[in-house]
Amino acid sequence: MGTAIPRFWREIQSRYNLVGTKCGNCGKVDFPPRSVCPDCGRKSVGRMETYKLGGKGTVVTYTTIYDAPSQFDMQKPYVMAIIEMEEGVRLTSQLIDVKPEDVKIGMRVQATFRKLGQEGDAGVIHYGYKFRPAAT
Amino acid sequence: MRDVAVIGVGETEFGELWDRSFRDLGIEAGLKAIQDAKIASEDIDAIYIGNMSAGKFIDQEHVSALVADYSGLAKHHLPTVRVEGGGACGAIALMQARLAIASGMYDIVVVGGAEKMTDVGDVQAAEILSSTADQEWESVFGATFAGLYAMMARRHMYEYGTKREQLAAVAVKNHKNGSLNPEAQFQKEITLETVLNAPLVADPLGLFDCAPLSDGAAAVVLCSADRARKFTDTPILLRGSGQASDFLALHDRRDLLTMDATVVAGKRAFQQAKLEPKDIQVAEVHDNFTITEILAIEDLRFVEKGKGGPATVDGVTALNGQISVNTSGGLKARGQPVGATGVAQAVEIVKQLRGEAGKRQVVGAIHGLTHTLGGTGATAVVHLFERGD
Repeated sequence: MGTAIPRFWREIQSRYNLVGTKCGNCGKVDFPPRSVCPDCGRKSVGRMETYKLGGKGTVVTYTTIYDAPSQFDMQKPYVMAIIEMEEGVRLTSQLIDVKPEDVKIGMRVQATFRKLGQEGDAGVIHYGYKFRPAAT
Repeated sequence: MRDVAVIGVGETEFGELWDRSFRDLGIEAGLKAIQDAKIASEDIDAIYIGNMSAGKFIDQEHVSALVADYSGLAKHHLPTVRVEGGGACGAIALMQARLAIASGMYDIVVVGGAEKMTDVGDVQAAEILSSTADQEWESVFGATFAGLYAMMARRHMYEYGTKREQLAAVAVKNHKNGSLNPEAQFQKEITLETVLNAPLVADPLGLFDCAPLSDGAAAVVLCSADRARKFTDTPILLRGSGQASDFLALHDRRDLLTMDATVVAGKRAFQQAKLEPKDIQVAEVHDNFTITEILAIEDLRFVEKGKGGPATVDGVTALNGQISVNTSGGLKARGQPVGATGVAQAVEIVKQLRGEAGKRQVVGAIHGLTHTLGGTGATAVVHLFERGD
């Protein structure tokens, strides 16, 4: 079953540029964007500002995936990680340009722009962030 | 609030049941429960169905009316409710039915749970299960359901020194229990080596760390406690029910190794029942992966945080150990027809408390617990049961 293109393009700002939000009340950064701060609730409504993440973070945990959905068939085995960004917020991403056995908890990583997948042979290709080991 | 009791239980076998349809399974479980309760169809006030994703698995929505219809109840025009909540849907259906009786609105309600998962291929079924995680911010990047639980397992190893062999011990125990359950999908014992040598699904989890895809259904009949003795000499009281939610995506949780939803749901249920974890002799906890059972026994305070692995190896959770966990075989060996899970867990606890669990009977079981998760822990439900005699 195909997925309508808007489902991908409406998330482009966040998937391409790591754009989240910062709470105007407590200053906490969220990614992806939220309309309501999970800590401040109603006090944050209307005060959530657009905020672009710096793209650097640390691996909190990871796994190498051997059994994957069909659209990831060509990539397996591949490494997924939960990454804590320098701004404190966490996200889930693929780790690339590193051998699975070299991945470590606490490893410094940085965001890069890659193809995420496509809808079958003739469908839309969608892009977004993956992470690789930080330069230094 | 009125007290509520279970007066009847029924279940189908679980497995890859190629010759059985969704409706066959749902009806078999429901009719067995009704016969067990010795009620007539006129006695039923409402039907609640736990079903995760019939729309995706069998391309059929509106299964609440369907089940009532094929159970021969169309002419009674019963209110029927289908509940969704990922893997917790059956447990939520049980909670909603309890509330409806406790409120005084209904006296007798049938709660069913059913899933038909093998009408789609394995890969597609795994994708459907993954849709209970965050599709836009986890799955789309390649995080599978097993992968998310694998990341919990990795972090548990890192923080608490949990060993691969300790995870595997959960699978060995649950298969051993499953070998004593004639309704289980897997009724064969397995060795530690089998688990450790299985192909990896998402490192460190291998094939035998994962619950299977299954077809199956389960049902219970709930009744107001004051009327329960008209139908049975062994009513099982539903003493406490707690439900809780949390961040949908795993990465947003306060602690990757504590399911706060389980902690809160457990506290709510225990407070309501005026019971403590030490009062429980038998528990069915969510073990879609081996790490999940370890987290569950920690978060329900059966063992200390971080000690779930060693406790399992030491037999704390073995049949007739300190607390018998997943005597049915759990999702791991009994099988995992997702919508049926929460109800099937209740069926097992009722059998245990009635003393009808055969070779896997827990000696002196008075209080039992069920724990059911949706997604990677964004929903948790805990129910507490007590022998009514």
